[in-house]
Amino acid sequence: MIKLALFILFLPLLSFVFQIFFGRRFEDKKGEWVSVGIHFGTLIMSLVMLGIMLSRNDPNFSLEVHQSWLDLGLFKIDLGIFIDNITVITLNVVAIISSLVHLYSTAYMAGDVRYSRYFGFLGLFTFSMNGVVLANSLFMIYIFWELVGLSSYLLIGHWWEKDSAADAGRKAFITNRIGDIGMFTGMLIIATVLGTFNFQVIAERIHDGVWAANAGMLFGGIEPHKLLTIAGVLVFMGAVGKSAQFPLHVWLPDAMEGPTPVSSLIHAATMVAAGVYLTVRIFPFLTADAMATIAFIGGFTAMYAATIAITQNDIKKVLAYSTVSQLGYMIMALGTGAYVAGFFHLVTHAMFKGALFLASGSVIHAMHHSLHHLDDHETDPQDMRNMGGLRSKMPITFGVFMVTTAAISGIPLFSGFLSKDAILAGTWAYAANVHDGWLAHLHLAWILPVFGFGAAAITAFYMFRLIFMTFYGEAQKPEIFKYIKESPKAMTIPLIILAILSMFFMFTLPSVNPISDQGWFTHMVQAPESVVTTGPAFDLEHFEHGLHKAHVPAMAISLIVAGLGILLSVLVYLLKKISAENLAIKLGALYRGSFNKWYMDEFYVNGIIRPFLRGCEAVGRFDMDFYDHYFINGWGRNTKRASRGVGLADDLIVDGAVNFLGIIFQWLGWTLKFVQTGKIQNYLIFVLIGAALLFVVNVF
Amino acid sequence: MENHLLSIVTFLPIFGALVIIFIPKEKLDFIRWGAAAITGLQLILAIWVLKIFDFSSAEMQLVEHYAWIPDFNIEYFMGIDGLSAPMILLTSLLSFLAVFSSWNIEKAHKGYFALFLLLDAGMMGVFVSLDFFLFYIFWEVMLLPMYFLIGIWGGPQREYAAIKFFLYTLFGSVLLLLGMLALYFISEPHTFNMLILAEQSSEFGKNVLLGMNAGKVIFMLLFVGFAIKVPIFPFHTWLPLAHVEAPTAISVILAGVLLKMGTYGFLRISFPVLKDATLWFALPLAILGLINIIYGAMAAMAQRDLKKMVAYSSVSHMGFVLLGMAALTPAGMNGAVFQMFNHGTISAMLFMLVGVVYDRAHHRDIDGFGGIAKVVPIYAGVTALAFFAGLGLPGLSGFISEALCFIGAFPVFTWITIFATLGIVLNAAYFLWAYQRIFMGELNSKYEKLEEINNRELFALVPLAIITFFLGVYPTPMLNLMSSTLNHLVETVKTAGMVAGL
Amino acid sequence: MDHLSSYLVLSAILFSLGLYTVVTRRNAVAILMGVELILNAANINFVAFSKFVTHNLDGHLISVFIIMLAAAEAAVALAIVLNLYNDRGHINVDEANALKQ
Repeated sequence: MIKLALFILFLPLLSFVFQIFFGRRFEDKKGEWVSVGIHFGTLIMSLVMLGIMLSRNDPNFSLEVHQSWLDLGLFKIDLGIFIDNITVITLNVVAIISSLVHLYSTAYMAGDVRYSRYFGFLGLFTFSMNGVVLANSLFMIYIFWELVGLSSYLLIGHWWEKDSAADAGRKAFITNRIGDIGMFTGMLIIATVLGTFNFQVIAERIHDGVWAANAGMLFGGIEPHKLLTIAGVLVFMGAVGKSAQFPLHVWLPDAMEGPTPVSSLIHAATMVAAGVYLTVRIFPFLTADAMATIAFIGGFTAMYAATIAITQNDIKKVLAYSTVSQLGYMIMALGTGAYVAGFFHLVTHAMFKGALFLASGSVIHAMHHSLHHLDDHETDPQDMRNMGGLRSKMPITFGVFMVTTAAISGIPLFSGFLSKDAILAGTWAYAANVHDGWLAHLHLAWILPVFGFGAAAITAFYMFRLIFMTFYGEAQKPEIFKYIKESPKAMTIPLIILAILSMFFMFTLPSVNPISDQGWFTHMVQAPESVVTTGPAFDLEHFEHGLHKAHVPAMAISLIVAGLGILLSVLVYLLKKISAENLAIKLGALYRGSFNKWYMDEFYVNGIIRPFLRGCEAVGRFDMDFYDHYFINGWGRNTKRASRGVGLADDLIVDGAVNFLGIIFQWLGWTLKFVQTGKIQNYLIFVLIGAALLFVVNVF
Repeated sequence: MENHLLSIVTFLPIFGALVIIFIPKEKLDFIRWGAAAITGLQLILAIWVLKIFDFSSAEMQLVEHYAWIPDFNIEYFMGIDGLSAPMILLTSLLSFLAVFSSWNIEKAHKGYFALFLLLDAGMMGVFVSLDFFLFYIFWEVMLLPMYFLIGIWGGPQREYAAIKFFLYTLFGSVLLLLGMLALYFISEPHTFNMLILAEQSSEFGKNVLLGMNAGKVIFMLLFVGFAIKVPIFPFHTWLPLAHVEAPTAISVILAGVLLKMGTYGFLRISFPVLKDATLWFALPLAILGLINIIYGAMAAMAQRDLKKMVAYSSVSHMGFVLLGMAALTPAGMNGAVFQMFNHGTISAMLFMLVGVVYDRAHHRDIDGFGGIAKVVPIYAGVTALAFFAGLGLPGLSGFISEALCFIGAFPVFTWITIFATLGIVLNAAYFLWAYQRIFMGELNSKYEKLEEINNRELFALVPLAIITFFLGVYPTPMLNLMSSTLNHLVETVKTAGMVAGL
Repeated sequence: MDHLSSYLVLSAILFSLGLYTVVTRRNAVAILMGVELILNAANINFVAFSKFVTHNLDGHLISVFIIMLAAAEAAVALAIVLNLYNDRGHINVDEANALKQ
C-alpha cells in the first residue's frame, strides 16, 4: 500500500519533468499521451488501493511511515505518509478527475501555444495535490499546500499574454498566501506547545494533556483551551484561503481565467477541496469555539456566494461562485460536526462540479469553434446571453449538464442529494442540540440551517437558470448557433464517466435506497472522537443522537426549498412568466449588489491594496528621498560643513597666531636695522654707551 | 599541505592577482581565464576543506596557529567550524561564478580582475580568521578593492555610490576597531584570540567602560560595525545604491558574501564573546529583524528599478537571519545560518539575472518591459525559479531556512514572529508583481528581438539553481555541516545567561 | 712720582685720547694709531699695578706680550688698509660700510 502510494505521489512528477524538459520536442509526436498514460496509471493504482480498502472493510484502518528529513539534533522534522480510508478516497477523487481532465485536455487544448508546458503543470499539480493528501504532518501538508498554490498560479496564468490571466494568477497566489500566514502561525503554535507537526502525535499529545501543561509558555500564560481555539482557527485560515471562503474567496472567480479543464480539476474538484481536507485532518483537535467559527464562516460563504451566482452571465463565473458556495457547505458541515457529511460532499461535489466545468468547457469549446469559424474575436464565448437552445446541437453535453445540475441542486437519485441532505441535517442537529461554542452562546446557531436551506434554494434556482439560458429557448445568436457542434470523444467520454459518478448508487452500494446515504462510504468514513481535554469540544455521541432526529425534517425541507428554487427558475427563464429584467429593476440595490459581487473586490482594491501600495511608495520614498537624503547624507553634508568651519578656524586662529608672531619680529627687525649702520665707530659708541650704562647701574 | 590548507585557500587569490598584473593587457582571454582558473582552484580547495571537515564536532578544525606580533600578543590564527565552513563554500563558489558574470566588463580588465581577486582573498580571510586583529585586517582589505570596483566599473552614479559605501563601512570599521581594542585591553592577558576572549566572556560584563557595563558598550560598538554590513535598519541605505551602481558580478559578491559578514561577525564574535550582552540585546535585535523584513519588503514593492527591488529584497531576507539568530534556539540559529547561505545563492542568481537583461536592454525599469517571456522562454524560466526561491516557495532552499527561523523564533518572540510572517506575503507580492510586469502581458514590440540567455550566463546560473533546488528538497547535508557548532553556540550563550541569572 | 694714581691718571688720559681718535677720525691709519694709544694705556696700567700692587713681574710680562701683539696687529691692519686703498682709492672708513645691508 505504501509503495502504491509512493508511485501515485511521484509518477505525476515524472510527467512534469518529462513535459518541461522534453515536452517541446515531442509536441507533434503525441508527447501528451505520456502524461495521460501516467495519470491513468495512477488512477489504476488508486483504484487498487480502493479495492484493498474495501476488502479490508475496516473503518479505523490507518498506516503511517515516516523518514527523518531535517535533523538538527535538538529539533527534527520528519516527512512521511499517512494513509487511512479518507486518504484513499481522496486519492481516488484526485486520480479520477486528474486523469479524465488529462484526456479531456488532449482535445480541448489541442493546438495551444504552450501545449506541453500545460501538461507538465498539470502533472506538477497532481503531484502536489497527492502530497497534500498523503502528508502525515502539518509541515509536510504546508509544503505541498504551497506547491499546489504554485501549480494553480502557473495554470491560471497559462495564457499570460492576457493581463487579466496574469493578474488572476498573482491574485490567487497572494490571497492564498494570506491564508497561509494564518496556517503557518497556527502550525507554529502547535509545534511550540507540542513539539511536533505530526497529526497523529498531535492528537495523542493533546489527549494526554501535554497541551494543557505546556500552553502557558506562550502569550504570557494564556489559558490552554483558548490557545487551542486560536491554533485551530489559525490553521483553518489556510483552508479559508485555499477553499476560497469568505473573506478570502475573491481569487477563485478570477481564477476562471485559466483554461477550463484547469478550472475543473483545480478550482472545482480538488485543490479547493484541499482546505476541506485540511479541516478534516485537524477535526479531532478543534474546540467548540473553533468549530463554531468554522461553521459560521462556511455557512456565511455558502449563502453569500450563492447570492452572487444568481446574477452572473459568464457561465464559468456562475459555476465559480457555485463552487465557493458548495465549499462553504463542506466547511459548515465540518464546523457543525457533520464530519462524514462534509467529507462526503467533498467527494460528490468533486464529481459533479468537475463534470459541470468540463461540460461548460465543452460548450465554450463549441462556441469558440463557431466564433473562430465566423472570424469573430469580439463576442465572448463564455457569456450565456450569447447561447440558448444548444440542447439540440450538443445532446451529450446537455445530458451531462442535466444530471450534474440535478446532483448539485439536491434532487433525489443523485449523489448531491445525499451529501447535501446530510449536511443540512447536521446543521439542524447542531442548532437544536449543541450548546457549546460562541454561536450557541449567542443564540445564533439557527442561522446555520437558515444559511444552509437558503443556499440550497438559491443553488437550485441559479443552476437551472444556467441550464435554461444555455440549452433551452431560442438561440440568441443564430449565426453562432449555426456552427455549434458536439465536442469530440476525448471530451465527451470524461463527461459521461463523471455523470455516472454523480449517481447516488456509486456511493451507497451495496445499498440502493436513493434517500439514504447508508452504504460503503458511510461505513468506511466515520467521525473521530475529539481529543480535546481542556474544555468544551465536539461531542460525537450527543451530536449523532441529534442527527438522527433531524434527518427527516431536514430532508423534507431541503426537498421543498430545492423544488421552490427550480420552480422559480422555470417560471422566470423557461416559461418567461416573470420577466427577469423587471425583477432586477424591482430588486434594485440587491440586484446591483449581487451583480457586483457585493463590491468585495472594490473594497479590497480601494480599501486595502491601494492604500497599502501607497504605503509602500511612501516607504520607498522615505527611505531614499528622505531618510537617506536628509539624514544619512545630512551627516556627510554636516561633516563637510564642519570641516569647512574647522579649515577656516585653522587659517584664522592657529595659522594667524603664527603669522602674528612673524609680523612682530619682522617689524622689530625692520625697526632695529637702522641701528646697523655698518660703521664700526657707531658700534663703538654703542659699546661706550652700554659700558657707561653698566657703570651707572653698577654704581647706583 | 593540509596543515596550511586555509592559508592556501585564502592567499591563493592574492597570488593570482599578482600573476594577472604581469599578464600584458592585450591578452584579455588569459586574464579572464586566469581569474577563472584561480577562483576555480580555490573552489576545489574549498570543497576539499569541507571533505576533510568533521561534521560532528563543534571544535575548530584545520587550525593554523602561529605567533605573529608577539609583543602585542597578536597571532596568525586560522581555523574553521560549522559556522565558517558554509561561508567558505559560499565565498569560493560565488567568486568563481562571478568571474563569468564579469566577462562583459568594458574597461581595464587587468585591474578589475586583480582587484576582484584581492577582494576574494579579503572575504575568505574574514571567514577563516580566529584572531580578531587578523580578522580586522581582512575586513579592511576587502573594503578597498570594493571601493574601486564600484567606483571605476560601476554605473552612472558610481562615484557617489562608491564613496557612500566606503564611508559607511569605514564608519562601522572604526567602531569595530574601538570595540576590538576594548576587548583587548580588558582581557587578561591582553589578547585578540577569539577563542580565549570567548572563554573570558564573563569578565567583560564586570568591567566598566564610559560609566556603563563594558560588555554592553562593546557589544554596541561591534553591533554598529556589523549592522552596517548586514545591513540592519537604519544603517541600510548604502545598500540599494551600491548594488544598483555596482557591476553585476560585484552586486553578486556584495549581496552574496559581503552581507553575510555582518551576521557572521555577530555569530563569531559578539555572541560567544559577549554572552550577557547578547541576551540583553536579543529582543532589540529581533525587533530590528522584524523591521528589516517588513520595511525592506515594502520598499522593494515600491521600486521601479529591478535591481533596486532585488537589493531591498536582500534587506528583507537578512531580516529573517536576524530574527532567527536573536531567538537563540537551535532551530532559529540553524535557520539563520542556513538562510545566510541560501540568501547568498538566491540573491546571487537574482543579481545575475538582472545583469543578463540589463546587458541586452540597457535599462532595468520594471515597467519598461512586458511580455518578454515569449521571446526569452529559458530566461523567463530561470528567473521564475529564482523569484520563487526568493519568495520562499517550498521545495526551494529559501523556504526551509525561513521556516526554521520562524519555528525557532516563535516560542521566544511570539508576537514579533507573527508580524514577521507578513513578510511571506509581501515577498510573494513584489516578486510576482515584478515578474508579471516584466514577462507577462502583451509583448512590448521594442523587445521582439531580445536575445535569449547564452551558455556562459547559464553556466553561472545553473549551479546555483541546482543548489537551491537540492537544498530545498534535501537540506540535511548543509544542516549537518553547521548544526553541531551552532547548537553548541546556543547552549553556551544560554548557559551563560542562566549563570548570570537572566 | 711714586704714586699709583699718577700712573693711572696718565693711563686714563692716554686711553681717552686713543678712544677719541678711534671714534672721530675717518682715516683708517689714524684709527689704527688711536688703537695703539689705547693699547699703550693698558700697558701702563699693567706695569703700574705690577709695580705698586703685586710686586712681581707679571704685569711687565703681559706688557711685553701686548707690545708684540700690537706690532702684529698693526701689520695685519695696515695690510687691510692697503687692500682697502687698492680697492677703492681711499681709506675713508665711513664709506667702507659693505657689511651694512
